[in-house]
Amino acid sequence: MTDSTTRSAEHDWQAATIEAIRVQTPTVKSFVLRPGDARPFFAGQHVDVRLTAEDGYEAHRSYSICSSPHVKGTIELAIEELPTGEVSPYFHEVAQVGDVVDVRGPFTTHFAWQPDEHGEVLLLGGGSGVAPLMSMVRLHAALAEPPRMTLVYSARSWSDVIFRDELLQLRQTRTTLRVVFAITRDITEAPDGLVADFSHRLDQSAIQKLLHENGGMPNTCFVCGNNSFVGAVADALVSAGITPQNIRTERYGE
Amino acid sequence: MVTRGFTGRRPSRENAHRIPPGQHEVFDFPVLSAGPTPPVSLAEWKFTLKSGVRPVKQWNWEAFNALPRTAMTKDIHCVTTWTKLDTKWEGVLIDDILKDAGLAAPTPWVLAHSVDGYSTNVPTADLTDAKAMIALLYDGVPLEADHGGPARLLVPHLYFWKSAKWVNGLQFTERDTGGFWELRGYHMYGDPWRQQRFTND
Repeated sequence: MTDSTTRSAEHDWQAATIEAIRVQTPTVKSFVLRPGDARPFFAGQHVDVRLTAEDGYEAHRSYSICSSPHVKGTIELAIEELPTGEVSPYFHEVAQVGDVVDVRGPFTTHFAWQPDEHGEVLLLGGGSGVAPLMSMVRLHAALAEPPRMTLVYSARSWSDVIFRDELLQLRQTRTTLRVVFAITRDITEAPDGLVADFSHRLDQSAIQKLLHENGGMPNTCFVCGNNSFVGAVADALVSAGITPQNIRTERYGE
Repeated sequence: MVTRGFTGRRPSRENAHRIPPGQHEVFDFPVLSAGPTPPVSLAEWKFTLKSGVRPVKQWNWEAFNALPRTAMTKDIHCVTTWTKLDTKWEGVLIDDILKDAGLAAPTPWVLAHSVDGYSTNVPTADLTDAKAMIALLYDGVPLEADHGGPARLLVPHLYFWKSAKWVNGLQFTERDTGGFWELRGYHMYGDPWRQQRFTND
């Protein structure tokens, strides 16, 4: 029995069963996990996942929760298969519904959206960096009177857009949510003749255009993706006049 | 509990003992931070040594670069589970900073401060006796901004969030005082060999 006054339950490992596996894009699958003891979390937080081989060797990795906090009992992780990865190939090629992995968390109070505290928010995600932002978008969709939210999603092609249909639907139905797509390498095969808002990487001028179209500065920005995406976008936001302390970043490696 | 069908990728036998529990070796150099990379002007850069609120000595970039230089090759361990072996650094040992200031460490606790408001605590004993430096060069060239340049704290035996990027001062404190990540659930000390990642680990 853990003594909750000295040790927080989030730090303990627990078993989680894979309940569903969904193919999202050619390189991304999402995994719905049911932990034995589902803990509350904030949109933007992540869990640590641990895989253990028969000889006791362990691999740990962190994955953002992409499901909304208002969905109880399960969490969804979006995992991109990395060609040189150790854990992602396990998830993509071996894991089946019913398998059990260890999870711990949720973690980070810094990259976490609390609807009552952050005012108007601007979310910018590159590739699989959209995962924690999707939790925020899904929570936003469940709230009656949320603050304005803009999601800017940069992907290489339309087929690389994770949660594409859901995002296209949400942006039609939610008046306080704006979804902007930057498709950077291949703008062909757009679904239903859709036109990308940007057909190049998000640079200084794109950020300025976005802020201008939004009619002002957001209160808080959340930026997530690989380091070159986050670096470029965060620098552009600062140059556009956003206070650095209001920009929260989560970088996936180099 | 064994994960069905997982075999994993072991580190080479010669290096296995250098990878702390729960870590894996990487060959690139990942960049992580809580916010944007702050711009730092060398003309305005200052490093301040403080005892409590009292400044003891301050160096500008030129003066700091005139301090004795030491090179060290160390393994580094990030709390996000990546470990990089044999990283090469050059900079000024904390011992040499204290010597130049004519200061014997007044308290057992230090809080490191960075240009963007970041802070992190390290016990004095973990900074002295050649254990830590203010690093200026990585791999023989000036430290890149994304990796904390022009100067970062380097305390390789603790998780790397303790190696504060864009460091501009060390402050001796009366008590062990948590900094940015310590106040957000991360461990006050951070020893990778005891997996001290989160508070009370």
